[in-house]
Amino acid sequence: MAENVERTTKTHTADRGSRTGNFFKAVSAVVWKDLQAEFRSRELFSAMLVFSLLIILIFNFALELDIKTRQSVTAGVLWATFAFAGTLGLNRSMAIEKDRGCLDGLLLAPVDRSAIYFGKVISNLAFMLIVEIIVLPVYSILYNVNLFQAGLLLVILLGSIGYVGVGTLLSAMSVQTRTRDILLPILLFPVVIPVLLAAVKASSGYLTGAEFSEILLPLNLLIAYDIIFIAVAFMVFDNVVEE
Amino acid sequence: MQDKPITLKVLDIVSLILLGISTYLALVFAPTELVMGDVQRVFYFHIGTAWTALMGFILAAVFSVVYLIKKDLKWDRYQVAAIEVSLVFFFITIVLGSIWARPAWNTWWTWDPRLTTAAVTELIYIAYFMLRQGIDDPDRRARFGAVYALVGGLSAPITFFAIRLFRTIHPVVIGGANAEAEGGFAMTADMRVAFFFALFAFTVIFVDLYWNRIRLGNLQEKVEQLKLKVTL
Repeated sequence: MAENVERTTKTHTADRGSRTGNFFKAVSAVVWKDLQAEFRSRELFSAMLVFSLLIILIFNFALELDIKTRQSVTAGVLWATFAFAGTLGLNRSMAIEKDRGCLDGLLLAPVDRSAIYFGKVISNLAFMLIVEIIVLPVYSILYNVNLFQAGLLLVILLGSIGYVGVGTLLSAMSVQTRTRDILLPILLFPVVIPVLLAAVKASSGYLTGAEFSEILLPLNLLIAYDIIFIAVAFMVFDNVVEE
Repeated sequence: MQDKPITLKVLDIVSLILLGISTYLALVFAPTELVMGDVQRVFYFHIGTAWTALMGFILAAVFSVVYLIKKDLKWDRYQVAAIEVSLVFFFITIVLGSIWARPAWNTWWTWDPRLTTAAVTELIYIAYFMLRQGIDDPDRRARFGAVYALVGGLSAPITFFAIRLFRTIHPVVIGGANAEAEGGFAMTADMRVAFFFALFAFTVIFVDLYWNRIRLGNLQEKVEQLKLKVTL
């Protein structure tokens, strides 16, 4: 009897183990597919990058970024740039799936739907981070500020996770509507305001050399937001792609 | 065509009467505030509409969860009704607050946590209706609406706490004092009567409008089904 119980628990853990293995395999397959498609076309990445540089250019004229104002607005300019460029990427990445019928193919695959969500989140995050990694040095050179600080990079990572986590869920909805080209930013921006707020506050904290205790609060907020919203998106994603 | 239920008809009339009494209490019965003068009287309706609107938004978030579990379109209609009525009530709250803020804070608007959160909340629920408008299939519309109302309903309070990282000048009249608040005051007994009556009156008015809106939603649903029958 005891042996029996032991055996069932063993097969149970083995089963669960292989299920998690399958889940990760499915996630990485979706990520790989996206990265490979992007690597071949480079549509999304180049559009996001050029768009970000244009936004920075516009800010330069709109705000007269002289040395004095630069100090106080750099964090804001950066995050506004990332937010606008981000919607471009999110929209396109889902629109491609929808247009070419890829989404139906993905949904037919015998994997957990949330694996598709996490796969899309990771690939969207990858695009966003690559753009950010290029924008940062360009901004540093153009405006003579050093943006390569470990703390700032951490804030950018956390902020991007929250932004992409919600953005992927909402873009999956917006591409299925009639007004899909214009809807995503309208849905996304009011909801990600906490992320932008905390990210700007933390970033400017690092840039102005504020004390860590001051930065800790927005940093915690970012982490809390990331966890809450990725958990929610994970739970409701099924409802968004269901046919 | 369904007749309007008697209870609802009665409630319509009761709401009107309550609104009248509440207006009287706020404008005539309640004493004039010493420092701010008559403009303080918008406070009664400001809180009355704010409280009901927030209840409506919370209800809508709850209905989201229920809909996503049960998948019954009834809950979707409850949700739309709650959000629509709350959106209007909250807009009234913002306008009344602005009218009060002009003399009290010397500005129509400031980027205080409550004000900003109120504006963001309005935008979230306006986006909610834009999302619904773009979808024809009722089931999908309900699913997307529920998901967005849930995400928005979670995000709005987080926005509030996030902005609270900065300081606030909004007065807290009930529960807790804020040393930096501008335009706070203590309520006298008569003020309290007007205040609690306004809360009560607006709750009843909200329920009345809400009920009417649900009834409208049900009728809309029926019309859509009849249309489908005709085209078939």
